[in-house]
Order: sequence, then structure tokens, then C-alpha cells
Amino acid sequence: METELDLGINGYARFELFGKTFFLTNTHIAIIIVVAVITVLAVLANRVIRKADPSKAPGKVLNVIELVVDAIDGITKSNMGEKHFRGFCNYIGTLMIFLVISNTIGIFGLRPPTADYGITFGLAIITFFLIHINGFRYQKMKHVTDLFDPWPLTPINVIGELATPVSMSLRLFGNILSGTIIMALIYGLLPKFMLLFWPGVLHIYFDLFSGAIQAFVFSMLTMVFIAKNFDD
Amino acid sequence: MSEFNKFFVEGLACLGAGIGMIAGMGPGIGQGYAAGQGCAAVGRNPGARGSVMTTMLLGQAVAETTGLYSLVVAIILIFANPYTK
Repeated sequence: METELDLGINGYARFELFGKTFFLTNTHIAIIIVVAVITVLAVLANRVIRKADPSKAPGKVLNVIELVVDAIDGITKSNMGEKHFRGFCNYIGTLMIFLVISNTIGIFGLRPPTADYGITFGLAIITFFLIHINGFRYQKMKHVTDLFDPWPLTPINVIGELATPVSMSLRLFGNILSGTIIMALIYGLLPKFMLLFWPGVLHIYFDLFSGAIQAFVFSMLTMVFIAKNFDD
Repeated sequence: MSEFNKFFVEGLACLGAGIGMIAGMGPGIGQGYAAGQGCAAVGRNPGARGSVMTTMLLGQAVAETTGLYSLVVAIILIFANPYTK
């Protein structure tokens, strides 16, 4: 393989810690950039909200912030119900903003952090714990006895519960990774004069459209799985 | 002999990755069917466009999972093949 294909995760700096070797990879760099972007946006939004005058019509930036918050609140309310959504809309909003920015960062030439299985599996583990903590909170012991409901199917029920985080994380990882691989194949294998304008169309599909859809689907599935445990 | 075996295993792994991606057919059929039914639902009831779209996208994303499993298997076979180590 003598071509300039760049598919994988590259380590830029290595250091030893507790007898193990760690690498500073391009996933870490991309995720630091994502966190910095989100922090700057949050500080700006906070300043705008503080200076806002409730007696006047909202300005341009404040209008956009209200639009985003309203959309996230509306989606959470329609999926989790009027009674419970207040406790979850903060987490769902954080998840959605993080996933949208980190999935679409590929358009700036970085490798999306969600094309690394560690990130998506971590997010899916958070969802797994949220599902079961809320299951115990709202259904008490019925959450455990549901596993033995038709008793011959107990192993299948247990595997089904354990497969939820695996399938959620693989879905996000596979979608983003497939876009990254196709873009790397096109940039690495085609001759230079064939790369003038049309890869932009592919960037719009694989980075913007697919990334936004997958961010939406991941947070939607999180909401649906948590809301399944509410008693009413 | 060992070198021949290494190339043989690598070539067969690439073939296996290609054959495994035939699994992409299933999600394609399923997603197309879901999109067609979504079009029919919007045609029957244009007011429910937003919720039909949301449900359709969610169902399509879930139907895509099996195709993505085969993609992960193919990527492992090509780039992280456990048999050529």
C-alpha cells in the first residue's frame, strides 16, 4: 500500500503512564477542538442571555439560542411526556449538540471523534446506565422480574438488554466510519485533477446530512429507551 | 510456504469482506420499503408530515444496523485481520 490512504487513528505523541503506553491520537485532538468550540459557544450564549432585556423583542443571537432550546425541549417533551421531560432535556440537549458538532467536524478536514469506537461506546454506556437507573426508580423490583417474564426466555431477555448499548454504539460508529473511509478512499486513490469540485457534494451528504441524522437518531433512541420505563 | 500462506490468507480475507458486504442488500430493501410507506402516509395525510418523517428516519436507522454489522466485519477483515498476525 504505497498510496497516501489515511483511514485509521494516528498517534502523534506517545508517553508512558503506570507501565502502559498511551498515544495522543487525532481523536483526542479532534475532541479537544469540539469541546473548545462548545465551551466558547456556551460562554457566548450565557453572556447574551444575561444581557437580554425581557421587556424588548429578542435580538438575532438570542433568537437562534431560543430556537435551539425550544426545538430540543419540544423533541424531549414529545418523546418522554409532559411529566418527566424536565429532568432529561439538559442531558439530551448536551448529547445532541456534542454529537452534531463532532459528527460534522469532518467537513473541516479533521477526523470525526465519533469514528472511534471508544467514544461511541462510552456514550452508549451512559445510556445503558440511564435506562436501568430510571427503570429501578420508576418500576422498583418489577424492572428485575420483567426479565423472567416468560421464564424459558430469561437468557434471551438478558442478552437483549446487554445488546442495546452495543447496537447503539456500533450504529453511530459504523455510519460515521463509513463516511470517513469513503472520503479517504476518494482523496487517496483518485488522481489530483479529478478532485476539483465534486467531492464537496459527498462532503455534504456524508458529513452534514448523515452526521446530523445519526446525532438525531442516537439521542432519539436514548429518549425512547428511557421513556419505556415510565409507569404512566 | 509461510509467505504463500500469508498472501493467501490476506486475499481470501479481502474476498470474504467483499462477499460479506452483500448484506448491504437487506437494509437497502428495508429502507426503501420504509421510505415508500412514508411517502404513502404523507400523501394520505399531509398534515402529519413531521411525525411521519421522524418515525421513518428512526425506523430506517434501526433497520440499517445489520448492514453496519457487516461493514464492521469487513473492516476488521481488511485492516485488523486476526488471522494474519
